[in-house]
Amino acid sequence: MLTLLVGAMLFATLGKDPLATLYAFFIMPVSDLYGLSELGVKAAPILLCATGLAICYRANVWNIGAEGQFLLGGLVGSWTALALLDAVGFWVLPVVLLAGSAAGAGWAAIPALLKTRFNCNEILTTIMLNYIGLNLLLYAVHGPLQDPAGYNFPESALFSDSATLPILLDGTRVHPGVVLALLAVLLVWLLLSKTFLGFQLRVLGKDAGAARFAGFRIRRLIWVALLLCGGLAGLAGVAEVTGPIGQLIPQISPGYGYAAIIVAFLGRLHPVGILFASLLMALLYMGGEMVQIEMGLPLALTGVFQGLLLFFLLACDVLIGYRIRFITSRPARVPVACAE
Amino acid sequence: MNPHERSTLTANDNVYPLVLANISKQYPGCLANNNISLRIKPGTIHALLGENGAGKSTLLKIIYGLVQPDAGRIIWEGKAIDIVSPAHARRLGIGMVFQQFALFESLTVQENIVLGLSKKSTRNMHAVARRISDVANQYGMAVEPQRPVHTLSAGERQRVEIVRCLMQDTKLLILDEPTSALTPPEVDALFTTLRQLAAQGTSILFISHKLQEVQGLCDSASILRDGAVVASCIPAQHSTASLAEMMVGAAAPLLQNCTRTTSEDVYLRVTNLSLASDKLFGVNLQDINLSVRAGEIVGIAGVAGNGQSELLSALGGAQLCQRDEEIRLAGVAIGAMPADERRQHGLAVVPEQRLGQAAVGAMSLRDNGLLTGFRQGLVKRGILQTQAIDNFATTIIHDYSVKCDGSEALANSLSGGNLQKFVIGRELLQNPICLVAAHPAWGIDVAAAIVVHNALFSLRDSGSAIVIISEDLDELFSICDRVGALYRGRLSALKPTVDTSSEAVGQWMVGVFDGPQQRWPGSGVNSKQQCE
Repeated sequence: MLTLLVGAMLFATLGKDPLATLYAFFIMPVSDLYGLSELGVKAAPILLCATGLAICYRANVWNIGAEGQFLLGGLVGSWTALALLDAVGFWVLPVVLLAGSAAGAGWAAIPALLKTRFNCNEILTTIMLNYIGLNLLLYAVHGPLQDPAGYNFPESALFSDSATLPILLDGTRVHPGVVLALLAVLLVWLLLSKTFLGFQLRVLGKDAGAARFAGFRIRRLIWVALLLCGGLAGLAGVAEVTGPIGQLIPQISPGYGYAAIIVAFLGRLHPVGILFASLLMALLYMGGEMVQIEMGLPLALTGVFQGLLLFFLLACDVLIGYRIRFITSRPARVPVACAE
Repeated sequence: MNPHERSTLTANDNVYPLVLANISKQYPGCLANNNISLRIKPGTIHALLGENGAGKSTLLKIIYGLVQPDAGRIIWEGKAIDIVSPAHARRLGIGMVFQQFALFESLTVQENIVLGLSKKSTRNMHAVARRISDVANQYGMAVEPQRPVHTLSAGERQRVEIVRCLMQDTKLLILDEPTSALTPPEVDALFTTLRQLAAQGTSILFISHKLQEVQGLCDSASILRDGAVVASCIPAQHSTASLAEMMVGAAAPLLQNCTRTTSEDVYLRVTNLSLASDKLFGVNLQDINLSVRAGEIVGIAGVAGNGQSELLSALGGAQLCQRDEEIRLAGVAIGAMPADERRQHGLAVVPEQRLGQAAVGAMSLRDNGLLTGFRQGLVKRGILQTQAIDNFATTIIHDYSVKCDGSEALANSLSGGNLQKFVIGRELLQNPICLVAAHPAWGIDVAAAIVVHNALFSLRDSGSAIVIISEDLDELFSICDRVGALYRGRLSALKPTVDTSSEAVGQWMVGVFDGPQQRWPGSGVNSKQQCE
């Protein structure tokens, strides 16, 4: 609500009708079937990344690297798809998806190794790996994976049909990645609430000392959390390049991996909550594009809205837990110094 | 207020430093304090007795300004006031030593003490450090001002808390079970200190489960039961049994010895265990030798911080040993085995700290039952068995009469003693062949301690080996078959309790023991005591 209010004020100061802009931002994108299906297409990668992150955050593993894991998934998935450009068969697509997923997990294995072996802070290592991942991707599209017949544009050749996710619904871009994302939500929910592994992850997150005394293998749990998250983020990346995009381009992610952090917390680290939060976040992306077209407002508004959302969420959390007290100067002290 | 005024107050019995009138406090689910009235005379030591959950802690929190009463008045030095915060209470001259320590783990001893002092007196940090040492020495408590608190054991932390209160100009000193972590000589020293303070006009509110202590120390006593004062008396005029009866409401059941299964099978054998501590200021274990037979309880005494936490980590598997053979459980070498595999081989552990080691505060009791009880059919092929987990937690709560809001109650909503009963119950229900427990009855009341001790006895009688690591000599002597003591990471020889005395064990606790382990670095204390 606060986000909406501040957003409306923002539009007003930009000289636009606030209500019309909010309408364009939040309602217009989903006013028809195509819009709704687009919402699902946009939400799928965020959803995959955010459910993975929820596993990590529940275990107190602060993985900020979903972005890098997403990019690597897309990159290696593309590389596999291009290597199999001439191959035909039902097996091509699973291989490509698995390769992307494994690449994401592999990228997450680096911080896992550094944390369990050298006790490196995973926040720093995952952020650094995001930039390395981005630069690897840029190198690939400008170099080895560039389309030879592409007039030197930084993009790869289009993937073959066997390596492209099919469209599930005519007239839309709904692809099996959306289904995979929903499946991931279900599986992660089962993992966290119904399995002993999930229980161990939750104990680790709440009280590492107790986990140690209960005999849980903390290192193994950190590995599991990071690998699962990396795998899901990598899957999201490869589903993007083989699905809606169909080739490798530099902008495969408009910050999905970062948005997923907000989504994970917005959904209270609960898979079902994350499902709704990712839809909201996807709406923000689409709304941002819509107001750009309809109102001529800059695309950066999407980022502003995301920021506002996380800011108000955290602020409300703090204010619900704590009360602000305005401390005036203390009244004169009761004599305590008589012992001196 | 100067000393002269204080003495006139003492002469006038009508002026009490603290009067509580009809205090009530309602928590969701229980009436913690019900119409409590209490008067504390100046310069006296007043005891507050009661079981876990009788409302003692709540009352203390009200006096210390941590909790506001729903009804009733607090009269401090003749004036009705509201104590709004602990800082306010300290300014008034109320000092408190908590049962659950209120220290910042990442700060040093000195920093923790400075936090409680007024700004004026903390300008000169060197002077503060000197005063800490002075106060500590005056009352015979060894405290190193520069050590971080997280490296201190339970007993050492308590000393810091006591010193912190003594640093301030305290008119009313509240002690919540101050003796539970001290050795007998330390308890005597503390009592001397408290009598000294009382003689100087300070009032002391003393909470303890040890009735003999209350009888020996306190001038008057109020007994709480179910949130209300059920009796006020002069403890020295009553027998321990009648005091216990007033607390519990009925005569406490006696411990009974039934037929015991003993055998010569050694269930736990520790051979030449040496382990460097992984903690700063930790104690390195050196050449620990220990064997515990089936159906036997072995007690390990020692002043806090002499290697108890390290021994517990080594036995429980929180820290692994160099060689597998250093620890054998029923013949199986487990020294380098992680904790969960040790559990599979029949080891159970009750760690020192209830929250943070034994239980997760932010999780429900049923989840905390699962925490170490996961081998009891609660997990099948990695899937949690909801019904079985519920039953397990409910069984613990029922069998060990844990007072709580059911199995969904959060662990940190339980009082210390009740959580301890839950933790002990959880470990015992797993029928371990060997149990290692750190001060199992620490800070829990007479009735609960009997429940815990009886449970230990029945485990022993069923043929399990039990190791108790405790600082409470009375407890060790009442339940153990053999005792030894830890001193600076070395373990004395174990002697049958019937052939030794608390004085002898007291000697071991300060390093005077003979046998193969007599290779300590020559320190003044040891050589002096040996000459005697």
